[in-house]
Amino acid sequence: MRFSGLRVFREGLTGNKGWTPHWRDPEPKAEYDIVIIGGGGHGLSTAYYLAKEHGLTNVAVLEKGYIGGGNVGRNTTIVRANYFLPGNSEFYSHSLRLWEGLEEDLNYNVMHSQRGIINLFHSDGQRDAAARRGNMMISQGDDAILLDRDGLRAMVPYLNFDDLRFPLYGGLYHPRGGTARHDAVAWGYARGADQRGVDLIQNCEVTGIDIENGAVRGVQTTRGPIRAKKVAMVAAGRSGQVAAMAGMRLPVESHVLQAFVTEGLKPCIDQVITFGMGHFYISQSDKGGLVFGGDLDFYASYAARGNLPTVENVMEAGMALMPMIGKARVLRSWGGIMDMTPDGSPIIDHTGITGLYLNCGWNYGGFKAVPGSGNVFAHLIATGDYHENATGFRLDRFRSGQGIIDEEGTGSQHNLH
Amino acid sequence: MRVGGKGLIDRTDPVSFVFDGVTYSGFQGDTLASALLANGVRLMGRSFKYHRPRGVLTAGSEEPNALVTVGAGAAQEPNVRATMQEIYPGLVARSQNRWPSLSLDLMAVNDLASPFLGAGFYYKTFMWPKSFWEKLYEPVIRRAAGLGALSGADNADTYESAYAFCDLLVIGAGPAGLMAALQAARAGADVILADENSRMGGRLLAESFEVDGKPGPVWVDAVLAELGALDNVRLMSRTTIAGAYDQGTYAALERVGHHSGRRTGGAPLETYWRIVAKRSILAAGALERPVAFRNNDRPGIMTAGAVRAYLNRWGVSPGRNVTVFGNTDDIHRTARDLLDAGIHVAAVIDSRHDGPLSDDYPVLRGAHVCDSSGRKGLEAITVRRASGEERIQTDCLAMTGGWNPSVHLTCHMNGRPTWQREIEAFVPTPGAVPGMIAAGACNGAFSTAACLRQGATAAEETLTELGFSGPEMAIPRAEDAPYVITPLWAVPGKGRAWLDFQNDVTVKDVKQAATENFRSVEHMKRYTTQGMATDQGKNSNVAALAVLADATGRGIPETGTTTFRPPYAPIAIAALGAGAEGQGFRPQRFTTSHSASVNRGAPMVEAGLWYRPSYFPEAGETTWRQSCDREVTMVREAVGICDVSTLGKIDIQGPDAAEVLDFVYCNMFSSLKVGRVRYGLMLREDGFVMDDGTTARLADTHYLMTTTTAAAGDVMKHLEFVHQGLRPELDVSFTSVTEHWAQFAVAGPKSRDLLNGLLDHPIDDESWPFMACGPVTVMGVQGRLFRISFSGEHAYEIAVPARYGASLFDILAEKAAALGGGLYGMEALNVLRIEKGFITHAEIHGRTTAYDIGMGRMVSQKKDCIGKTMSERPGLEQPGRERLVGLKPIGESRQLLAGAHLYDEAAEPVRVNDQGYVTSVCFSPTLGSMLGLAFLADGPDRHGEVVKMVDHLRGVTTLCEVVNPVFFDPEGGRVRG
Amino acid sequence: MRISCPHCGERDRREFYYRGAAVDLERPAPDAGEAAWDDFVYLRDNPAGVTRELWYHEGGCGAWIVVTRDTVTHDMLGSELASEVSA
Repeated sequence: MRFSGLRVFREGLTGNKGWTPHWRDPEPKAEYDIVIIGGGGHGLSTAYYLAKEHGLTNVAVLEKGYIGGGNVGRNTTIVRANYFLPGNSEFYSHSLRLWEGLEEDLNYNVMHSQRGIINLFHSDGQRDAAARRGNMMISQGDDAILLDRDGLRAMVPYLNFDDLRFPLYGGLYHPRGGTARHDAVAWGYARGADQRGVDLIQNCEVTGIDIENGAVRGVQTTRGPIRAKKVAMVAAGRSGQVAAMAGMRLPVESHVLQAFVTEGLKPCIDQVITFGMGHFYISQSDKGGLVFGGDLDFYASYAARGNLPTVENVMEAGMALMPMIGKARVLRSWGGIMDMTPDGSPIIDHTGITGLYLNCGWNYGGFKAVPGSGNVFAHLIATGDYHENATGFRLDRFRSGQGIIDEEGTGSQHNLH
Repeated sequence: MRVGGKGLIDRTDPVSFVFDGVTYSGFQGDTLASALLANGVRLMGRSFKYHRPRGVLTAGSEEPNALVTVGAGAAQEPNVRATMQEIYPGLVARSQNRWPSLSLDLMAVNDLASPFLGAGFYYKTFMWPKSFWEKLYEPVIRRAAGLGALSGADNADTYESAYAFCDLLVIGAGPAGLMAALQAARAGADVILADENSRMGGRLLAESFEVDGKPGPVWVDAVLAELGALDNVRLMSRTTIAGAYDQGTYAALERVGHHSGRRTGGAPLETYWRIVAKRSILAAGALERPVAFRNNDRPGIMTAGAVRAYLNRWGVSPGRNVTVFGNTDDIHRTARDLLDAGIHVAAVIDSRHDGPLSDDYPVLRGAHVCDSSGRKGLEAITVRRASGEERIQTDCLAMTGGWNPSVHLTCHMNGRPTWQREIEAFVPTPGAVPGMIAAGACNGAFSTAACLRQGATAAEETLTELGFSGPEMAIPRAEDAPYVITPLWAVPGKGRAWLDFQNDVTVKDVKQAATENFRSVEHMKRYTTQGMATDQGKNSNVAALAVLADATGRGIPETGTTTFRPPYAPIAIAALGAGAEGQGFRPQRFTTSHSASVNRGAPMVEAGLWYRPSYFPEAGETTWRQSCDREVTMVREAVGICDVSTLGKIDIQGPDAAEVLDFVYCNMFSSLKVGRVRYGLMLREDGFVMDDGTTARLADTHYLMTTTTAAAGDVMKHLEFVHQGLRPELDVSFTSVTEHWAQFAVAGPKSRDLLNGLLDHPIDDESWPFMACGPVTVMGVQGRLFRISFSGEHAYEIAVPARYGASLFDILAEKAAALGGGLYGMEALNVLRIEKGFITHAEIHGRTTAYDIGMGRMVSQKKDCIGKTMSERPGLEQPGRERLVGLKPIGESRQLLAGAHLYDEAAEPVRVNDQGYVTSVCFSPTLGSMLGLAFLADGPDRHGEVVKMVDHLRGVTTLCEVVNPVFFDPEGGRVRG
Repeated sequence: MRISCPHCGERDRREFYYRGAAVDLERPAPDAGEAAWDDFVYLRDNPAGVTRELWYHEGGCGAWIVVTRDTVTHDMLGSELASEVSA
């Protein structure tokens, strides 16, 4: 079914009786060309691009819960291409370009809103770092504007310009950055993949990966064994457990990142704003809730929930930066499980096992990567070669020290990125 | 309408307040909702999506409809529940999310368009043309959405945060909570009893029950009097336990000041508490479920429990001609309370076929309310029976679909509640929160007697675990009526039947979601937005689940639940972030020379948590550059003074001090002679540079390490880790002495002259050669002197105990001035170090190796050290790495900018041609040019080449010559001079 | 969250700094080879369940401690001094 305003109108007139399932719930087949482990944003977009760009439709996505139930459904929805290291820069640029055509491509309104992102800086040194980043963004073909204090004040006058503990020097403005409706991204890809013949199999947990003579043969699941010529592991938050089934130990430690939303409010924050000194970022959803977050809880966790010290740190940063939000009430807090890698950058690569591919380690930046990640991972799975915009996310970069992509510069301690 | 003889309000204390510009009168003890109902006001709000007229649904914090804005200006509070807001003289409230007024809301046009605005409609449209999303659709949607508005003004209220500790936290002060608290208190445990309401007692205040032969509120007061007299009990009313966290930690919000127009004694508006409790008893009661039927959302339709609460607690009848609808005996309890108050009960509609009858009012059994009418308030309901439909005039419908135990807190640590068929509701799963026991209605026990019993039992169990013993308590007599329920979720029929009142999610929406294969309860929630309103599904989750289960042919337990997450009730950001506004966000650290620097007009800039002077302006100087240039020249030609106390100082002592230093630094320190200083480079275990600084050997087993300002804390942790974790056999200890010593750089050709006018024993080149250190006496004070230089000049750093810092700074300034020198700040310090090619964290930013900064050969081959093995990985030393160089502008543009990137002269400045980037720049008055430090691919091999610096952001392109990063005095003669 | 320090007893999590898995105590010999060093510096078991990890009592006694903890439930199961584990 093709979605459009006209369709909504027609259905409205006829009692909304004609809507059909967004996707099927097929029984798993005994064998697929490709099995994707993980029905999150990255897994679904991988399936979609395998079908769309490579004509590979004998594909199953296996999801242990419901599709889109992982981090794609529990993030702060920020979409941006403002990285400064080679490897990241071209990849996120590629991903943003896919975002910009996503609604038309998927025939699904994911509400991608290019409302702009402002990264604040608070010292000369931070300005220099922002300039290095902004110059890289422009040279990559993306957009960036260096705002001085007055320029910043003109855009976001409600920030604390008077007595912020770390005064506002300015901001790096990324006009094409913004937000999207996170669940819709998962659903749009799921629907698109399903329409092209991909089987989305929910409530199907992978319990084993079958490997013979160094090549993958299929998977064991709670719904029976499934043979596959190729298997792709895309199980963020559980990457380590899935990889362990293939005998792999990953450079990943799982951490909890909390996020928060307030009660609905009339529009008051137009852009996405990030406050580096407090690790705080905020935007306002179309429903009116302020959506915001901060740093990790900093201890390894699979609990998808956090503790109060981080809650307080985030709120304190918010109050320091924009005391006008004080009377907004936090409605809900939650946590996502982050695959933290030793350089803060992801892994999209072959494994040592023929036919087994790995996509993991998105730290806390996976949402904006959903289109790009699926696109380049599909390319890798389909062709065996790295996509031109994703040559740097190699699994062996830590061992060799070659091509480590450490934007934070914090090194091998996983939780510091 | 106010009724006589009922309620816990103070009728001798009338209170006037304003709602939507009209002044009303209520009584002390009223909430805004009860007072408005007493004044016959039923319309209090508008729904989120369709802007339907709404009145109160409940009498508690779960209220989804009656949300108002209280106050104005910076004090404006949006989304206040009228059911929780106590009235006080001068209270001004107004309705929200309507335009132009509550009674005439033009946005209600959405209601007419509702066939086109069903579940998920926005995912299917607004896609064309592409650019219209940001330009048209989204702005319109954003303006229409949202509830109340923030004022836009900075917060002006006081909020506080606090900690509390106890043996037992009792959550909820209804019959179960009061019993539990009383028993624990008598046994001597430290008890905190917290209740969300202004008055403790729970349903005992809202029902007409007796306990021990006394009216419920009388028994409550007696218990509270006893508890209040005990030192081991803290009673916290108006306090919501908002979240359960690990190891017995609870978040709580105390609404200290919302019930009064005046706050005295500096009391905050709200206090956010962190309560650490060894055990807790959840006695949070239960919330009543509305019933879904066509047009069940009109003002005047509310839960039966709310009707009884308004009647019994506030002496208000929400209607004059009331009907009651439901599926438990609560319908009769409601009818009887109304009759007792002299209110006419038009009909009681029992969905059950076998419920009791009454002689006092008509009872329609096996009947359902299937529709309602009344434009802005209920006027009539339609009742469907086997025999047909019947219209009944009524201005208030009390409905009950049964009760949901308040399991929320037991889900905060990922616990899943258990479905209990007998009560058609979820109850807490024991052990879901370690240390917490549920008792009373929140545990599925719905009679007063059962609540009292469970409260006592939970307390006994807890006390035993905690090692307390107390007298056994008699359980007071109370009603013990059985709870018999037949499921009643949604009355079948056409039209819209609301589940989630605020978000306008109807039974149809849930069914449509199921049709579109959003069958997982999480999918349904996210697709329809059911459960995402300010009540977080408290009023709608179970019914929506039941409708979904029905639509998908599953049972409720298999369908599963969404997750209740903190906070239980929303909390202001200002409360959770109390104290962080302005300078309160982080500590401020001041050097001993801070006041003196400020007094001299120096702008102070942040350096981590510290403040350091940027420059010291002199008369006639109008720009920072003028001051900076003068200060640089002053150091190069005479002498300058700079406070360097912010650098980390770690005192390292013990027989194995040398060995541990050899292990943490990549170069050797065991070979350092006593009385000498050495520059050290520290790597992380992954082989990248961690920090640098000088370390002095003060005695054979005594070193003093200096770190950069930024890394002081990290280096301390690192040293302790290396010692305790990797080399525990070493006998060494580390003490941070950063704040113990005030340390000043004395730099410039006249530095020794200056010092010799100050030290008790003069120094010369022989006794204090370059990199010497040792004890000195400064005007009788024991200090330390280090001949080190971050400027390339003949220089020293002199340290005295911090209490002498301020005095010494003044003396140094005076003596420097006498020699034609003076003070210099961070700007000049930066120029001096760039001229010499010295690095800071702009260069060692965590991605650089010793090789990159030209110090590869410092990594000693004679020993192991942290980071050595990994630094030898091929990737860290390979050709093509960006390495440190100096840049000098040579073309027409003379401007260098930190953050600009480097390209070959002829190359297009795009990413694929990127050759590196500029880290630090300055104008060098010494060399009369801008200078830059940069990382350039294979840089050291390219000295003499021309590269192009491009700054896209600022529109600057400058041709530069690649040079040795040591621009000035590369032979280093001056430092030894 | 509350953590037990062998020296100080149960304290608030705010007093502690988290480093990572206790594998950090098992530093290989310099010549142990690339794989051993990769294992030590980068690769992690990352269990969903009981793990042993390093915390530093930064706002307290300054001890590095090895905490045994469940990463799914956040239950604290034990703590020891890193110096004694390493010794």
